[in-house]
Amino acid sequence: MSNVFTFSIGRKLIMSLMGLFLCAFLLVHLGINLLLIFCDTTEPFNIAANFMASNVVIKVFEIGLFGGILLHIIYAVILTIKNWFARTVGYKVGNNQQTSFFSKYMVHTASIIGIFLILHLMDFYVKAKFLGGATSVTYEDGKTFHDLGALVIARFHIGWVVMVYIVALLGLGFHLIHGFQSAFQTIGLNHPVYTPIIKGLGLFYSVVVAAGFMAIPIVVYFFK
Amino acid sequence: MTKLNSKIPQGPLADKWTNYKATQRLVNPSNKRKLDIIVVGTGLAGASASASLAEMGFNVKAFCYQDSPRRAHSIAAQGGINAAKNYPNDGDSIYRLFYDTIKGGDYRAREANVHRLAEVSNLIIDQCVAQGVPFAREYGGMLDNRSFGGAQVSRTFYARGQTGQQLLLGAYSALMRQVHSGGVKLYTRHEMLNLVIVDGKARGIIARNLVTGEIERHFGHAVVIATGGYGNTFFLSTNAMGSNVSAAWQIFKKGAYFANPAYVQIHPTCIPVHGDYQSKLTLMSESLRNDGRIWVPKKKEDAEAIRAGKLKPTDIKEEDRDYYLERRYPAFGNLVPRDVASRAAKERCDAGYGVGSGLAVYLDFSDAINRLGKHVVEERYGNLFQMYEKIVDDDPYKTPMMIYPAIHYTMGGIWVDYELMTSIPGLYAIGEANFSDHGANRLGASALMQGLADGYFVLPYTIQNYLADDIQTPRMTTKEKEFDAAEAEITSRIDTLMNINGKHSVDSYHRKFGLKMWDLVGMARNKEGLEEALSTFKEMRESFWKDIKIPGKKDSLNPELEKANRVADFIELGELMARDALQRQESCGGHFREEFQTEDGEAQRNDSDFMFVGAWEYTGEGKEPILHKEELVYENIKVAQRNYKK
Amino acid sequence: MDLTLKIWRQENAAAKGRFETYKVTNISPDCSFLEMLDILNQQMIENQITLPVCFDNDCREGICGMCGLYINGRPHGPDKGVTTCQLHMRKFKNGDTIVIEPWRARPFPVIKDLVVDRSAFDKIIEAGGYISVSTGGVPDANSIPVPKKKADVAMDAAACIGCGACVASCKNASAMLFVSAKVSHFANLPQGKVEAKERVKNMVAKMDELGFGNCTNTGACEAECPKEISISHIARMNREFFAAKIL
Repeated sequence: MSNVFTFSIGRKLIMSLMGLFLCAFLLVHLGINLLLIFCDTTEPFNIAANFMASNVVIKVFEIGLFGGILLHIIYAVILTIKNWFARTVGYKVGNNQQTSFFSKYMVHTASIIGIFLILHLMDFYVKAKFLGGATSVTYEDGKTFHDLGALVIARFHIGWVVMVYIVALLGLGFHLIHGFQSAFQTIGLNHPVYTPIIKGLGLFYSVVVAAGFMAIPIVVYFFK
Repeated sequence: MTKLNSKIPQGPLADKWTNYKATQRLVNPSNKRKLDIIVVGTGLAGASASASLAEMGFNVKAFCYQDSPRRAHSIAAQGGINAAKNYPNDGDSIYRLFYDTIKGGDYRAREANVHRLAEVSNLIIDQCVAQGVPFAREYGGMLDNRSFGGAQVSRTFYARGQTGQQLLLGAYSALMRQVHSGGVKLYTRHEMLNLVIVDGKARGIIARNLVTGEIERHFGHAVVIATGGYGNTFFLSTNAMGSNVSAAWQIFKKGAYFANPAYVQIHPTCIPVHGDYQSKLTLMSESLRNDGRIWVPKKKEDAEAIRAGKLKPTDIKEEDRDYYLERRYPAFGNLVPRDVASRAAKERCDAGYGVGSGLAVYLDFSDAINRLGKHVVEERYGNLFQMYEKIVDDDPYKTPMMIYPAIHYTMGGIWVDYELMTSIPGLYAIGEANFSDHGANRLGASALMQGLADGYFVLPYTIQNYLADDIQTPRMTTKEKEFDAAEAEITSRIDTLMNINGKHSVDSYHRKFGLKMWDLVGMARNKEGLEEALSTFKEMRESFWKDIKIPGKKDSLNPELEKANRVADFIELGELMARDALQRQESCGGHFREEFQTEDGEAQRNDSDFMFVGAWEYTGEGKEPILHKEELVYENIKVAQRNYKK
Repeated sequence: MDLTLKIWRQENAAAKGRFETYKVTNISPDCSFLEMLDILNQQMIENQITLPVCFDNDCREGICGMCGLYINGRPHGPDKGVTTCQLHMRKFKNGDTIVIEPWRARPFPVIKDLVVDRSAFDKIIEAGGYISVSTGGVPDANSIPVPKKKADVAMDAAACIGCGACVASCKNASAMLFVSAKVSHFANLPQGKVEAKERVKNMVAKMDELGFGNCTNTGACEAECPKEISISHIARMNREFFAAKIL
């Protein structure tokens, strides 16, 4: 296994495994965020968010998460540059046949997600964790938490922030539509019966994740 | 009376090859490294020979004009490959395969060669399976067989309709493995243009690098020609666009004899010519005749109406259709051998009953569809029907296919002895390029067998019998005067061609010549036509060297120059084919002389005068070649007239 | 039919190329695409207009894999499941403009006009696209049964003609479909299992070394392959590769 990642297919394996790992993370993230709009108070959200910030196991996962994002990006950059070099003279008439549409724009959607990720981390993660941007709140049982919920609700009352989120989440959705099923193909899972199911599942997952995340700023902006 | 020594080993037929191998001389491993062998052509024969020789330890230089060895035209063979495995338990044996091949060849092939072919046929299947050729299989995991024309047993192994492709890719992979190990040096986009003879032995070739135009010299202790057949003499054939006779023709001019050039196989089921822009003909597998019925209208006026587009084939009533093969050959019907089916189609069309452009007959599946159901027909022939529809834009499930015979394979070729050596020492010819195994007519699924037999199992043995004398011969520098002279011939020929600066393209010339070939030396020949051919071709040859125009430069990729080199040779060969056809005053196999037929129009052999191989010796520019006769002796087979009526 | 052709012309590998526009008239719809180019070349030669257009072709029945033109943005043109030589002019309309380009990929340098050098494919096969058996000394053909289903999948993969349309159509100029077809062909046969690990490693390494791009599972190769080879073979190759490198 020594030099598996010097091979194109090895690098792609890392990208897909990290991609699927991030897909799993997105579900957890979404679940917690939805507490904001399904619960009357920000309490459950704050409890969950603080649990995620303090639990040791989760902290380990957090390192893994950032590592995963980094690896996914690094290998994507390497592979993309190699792909550009594989065709230095292009065609006059581009290929226009019916194939996986979003696969052609993975770099573009990835760039949107990348820029968004920086903004998003600066907005919440860095603010809450290092800059003390969130106020403290004490609940009935006497425990004190960062009031992240209040911070989120405050941000999502700013119109342009909501717009940025919506655009970015559309990008994420498109990225996932191809990325989810593509990861399975790269890992080597292709089957006449199960592949169409995976593709359907991927589409369903992408819509749920993108729509779910988008619902939060919209609901907050209009109703909270 | 003859200079030809076929070197057939003594002893009973079945022991000849075993005895030969047991007593032949061999080259020991350390000496093999010192010996270079040039193989020209990378089809089934060339690739398998190159791979096998390199595996043994010889240094092989393999040449092909295509961009990769995998493109050779063996790849286009559809049907299958014969072997006497007797897996279906239907009574096959080496003797039976040998017998069928001799009979199918109309008793014009050498017994000893054909028996050896049948003996090694089984080894070929074993070898190909070990290489990973994905032959068709039954549910139990065993190899499947199908039946083919000219045999009463099922002995044909196949890989869908792409058997040639799979066998070639097998040989190609073996070849590439040797390229990897350094045993074979590959020269792609190279065309052999001349042979170098030193002290009477073949010692090298002159080749043109087709990309740079550079003329290169290559030395070999022996030279093997595996460059296929000469069907493209006719311009329209099922051969590839680049298939040519040039290597064979150049060695003929250097002293190798050319045997039976008149034996050309015409395949009955090809898609008819549909326009004067057409560049090649496409074969529809012979297997279609298992279920299709061939017919033309019974009434001339119906045929005329169809040709004028006033009637459709489906408008012709059953009683107004002439199923002429079933009428003439009740016993075999639509499954008569290729030569018989082809001539019958031509006879009907010449008589004015042809459909389409007038040169086509119907191959009708409506009976089969009614009897078996569309899905069964689709299962059996779906890919062929689809191919037909892509080309002709007509749905063969609804209207009958149109077919017409076309040039397909050439049984004639460079004369070789039992060891596959030509009449020049150290020069070998294998595969379709030689004449040896098919007599006057080749059975379906036998060409693949012969190409691989020669390359894998015959030449690698026999060539050692010659090279054993050469272990002391050092490699030449290619600066010898013989190389100088051979190269000078080629540079001057190319300069002459480039400087003609006439008006016509090479293709237009080739087309014109090919049509004449088809008319005069095609499916049916007669003395008058052949004599006309001789004089016409002489004129055409002379005008070719005055009229053609080759644009571009000689020192770059220049397909027009490549074609000109080839067509110049085709025209000369055309003359020899006509001469051979004229000389052979009988009808046999693919060679049909109108003067020699039975009362009901069947081919009539003349065994007492023509049971020989006609090998031609070149005597110089503008001089008549000399015919040498190698008598064919049948000790193990009773010679009989082929009969497909009863 | 009357057509306008915009064709890539390039003197040699080193020269700078350009598009030139030509007109052909009175083309029969039953003519094949290459025959249409023959007619164009014929006119060029006999009227001494300019040098004829060079393009690779040989068998003209869709099996040798030598022809390959990039026509109006699609390898082998608009028809499905055919090579350029089997494409017929009835797939175009009178008055159409047709843009004809060579395969574009760094490992496939242009030799002249529309002719490219595909020897990179030979090099990949050379690296391991074979079963290492020498002539003679092999067991009887029926000594190892092969399940029909497996043999059929192997045949599906082995149908590859090595034309390079997969590379030409891939937005990344990846050769994964070509390489995987050979890997998958052998991986499905017991005869090929023996050196399966070495084979896939060596072929993938060579593919990478030659500068082909990476697969992003777009599926263009599968859509444009004249033999309609499935990308399921790519997944199989990936499995084989992981098994070889990791397990």
